[in-house]
Amino acid sequence: MGVLSWIRRHLLAFAALAVLALLLVPNVVVAVFSFNDPVGKFNYNWAKFSTDAWAHPCGSPGICESLGLSLRIGVTASLVATVLGTMVALALGRYQFRGRAATNLLIFVPMATPEVVMGSSLLTLFLMLGIPSGALAILIAHIMFCVSFVVVAVKARVATLDPRLEEAAADLGATPAQTFLRVTLPLAAPGIAAGALLAFSLSFDDYIITNFNASPSSITFPMFVWGAAQRGVPVQVNVIGTVVFLAALLFVIAGQVLSNRRQRAV
Amino acid sequence: MAATRTSGDLRLAGLTKEFDTFTAVHPMDLVIPEGSFFALLGPSGCGKTTTLRMVAGLEQPTAGRIHIGDTEITDTKAHQRNVNTVFQSYALFPHMNVLENVEFGLRRRGDKNATVKAKEALELVQLGEVAKKKPAQLSGGMQQRVALARAVVNRPDVLLLDEPLGALDLKLRRQMQIELKRIQQEVGLTFIHVTHDQEEAMTMADTIAVMNAGRIEQLGDPATLYEHPASTFVANFLGQSNLLKVTVTGPARNGEVPVTAYDTALTVAADHVPGDAKEVWLGVRPEKLRMGEHGGPNRLHGTVSDVSFTGVATQYLVRMPWGKELTVVQQNDGSGRARPGEDVTISWAAEHGFALDAAQAADAGVEEEG
Repeated sequence: MGVLSWIRRHLLAFAALAVLALLLVPNVVVAVFSFNDPVGKFNYNWAKFSTDAWAHPCGSPGICESLGLSLRIGVTASLVATVLGTMVALALGRYQFRGRAATNLLIFVPMATPEVVMGSSLLTLFLMLGIPSGALAILIAHIMFCVSFVVVAVKARVATLDPRLEEAAADLGATPAQTFLRVTLPLAAPGIAAGALLAFSLSFDDYIITNFNASPSSITFPMFVWGAAQRGVPVQVNVIGTVVFLAALLFVIAGQVLSNRRQRAV
Repeated sequence: MAATRTSGDLRLAGLTKEFDTFTAVHPMDLVIPEGSFFALLGPSGCGKTTTLRMVAGLEQPTAGRIHIGDTEITDTKAHQRNVNTVFQSYALFPHMNVLENVEFGLRRRGDKNATVKAKEALELVQLGEVAKKKPAQLSGGMQQRVALARAVVNRPDVLLLDEPLGALDLKLRRQMQIELKRIQQEVGLTFIHVTHDQEEAMTMADTIAVMNAGRIEQLGDPATLYEHPASTFVANFLGQSNLLKVTVTGPARNGEVPVTAYDTALTVAADHVPGDAKEVWLGVRPEKLRMGEHGGPNRLHGTVSDVSFTGVATQYLVRMPWGKELTVVQQNDGSGRARPGEDVTISWAAEHGFALDAAQAADAGVEEEG
């Protein structure tokens, strides 16, 4: 009886743990198999423990070049998209202008369009404009779809901000630029950071749109993994996958700690 | 001395604000003397906040001019004006601590002593010990005082208060009213206080402008507005009034004008009657009416329909033979109380009545009071 009621009381915790486990098992498998020394080309069966891949993460030809390209595109695309998206979000959230409703609607189009459609139509566009397939084309495409996500993230934050705060800043003698830097930007920062991180991870793992617009000299990390999967996946893929997962985890935890501290201070 | 005083007066000339569908502020002329505590009083939607926002530079007037002293500020932006506002929602910056909030204005104009001055301002509002806290950690009353310190510290030419006590509970509000008055006297700045609370305006302000539907109905000190309202709106919005429709029956004699109300002869002080009016509203404040005959020569007879005892006073509703109920408030001075159903005489002196043009609605300003 005591045991049954104990279980009943903690049912929610069990369910949460089960879901969490389901979500994390693939990552655990990836991490575990990064220590494998596989027999043959495929890293699907456990053979024996080895730290070879961790010692030589660039040991597979092309893997680190592709990782570098993905990081460069990811950082550039998320930076540009964050700046543009933040401006769009502030304009939508703070000002009345002609075409505001249309902008509000159109901003969702890149998110709603299937990637296959977007990738192929972008390729057509780039060919028409004479922009060669490759890193530049990929970057432009990534900026394009990342902007929407940044706009949505920042706009949600801006909507919760009291417009009186900006009026108060102006009232206290702050120029429009000072108001933006000292009041609007710091208050919108959590939304901007969330948008930037989202943009980076969307850019970093995009495959379909990237593949349409890539050239043989612009192989991103997801393309490398996809290509490798046809011929045999090197253990280094698991190593890099694990590192990326841990980095993402670190960001999320850091964000939580930061916002908790802020909550406590507030 | 006189020259420096007038140089700081706030002058509004023909100030107008029209929105797409309505006129929020009709052309308004107003001079607010430097160093005064001025209240804009009126029901919500009367244009008082719009007026305030135009002075702050947060709203662009459709027409008209704004001067502070000899300087015209009509076309300057909010951040260029030496005018500060205490917002109704306080609008404290949540990401800055209390001290940083108060320093904000000083830092924008590059004041080297910003921290020292901000700390002094916090002492002025008795919040020196919470300088390092974030606004959200403070109670509503404390946030209100931070907002006040943040504005006062800049020593603005004009300090605007937009319903600053609206979010506080009654007890705190009374306390802050006294506090605000003290601070205004201490720093000697011009305060313009926007409120819909007539008691708050009367407690604090030297001069009150009663606004209704985008216009100033009457301007004056609290006692004048209360004793000699110029319209039924003011009579009802500032306190309560009993209004009787009366006909002037003859010329003034001994400073009193004879009138009749429902065949009863009454008198009103001659200087309380507008011009040569024939039909007027005769108004008497409830506390000026007396139960019994010792109030004065004006007498009406009626039946007590309701008695409510409030401690310091008793409020009666007395039904007149023609159906209207008059409100009578009697101080709790130890005399006996009338009971419901009792036939009573109520009386008042001629100088306690005021007369208003009968063309106005008797209930103007009644609903809005709040």
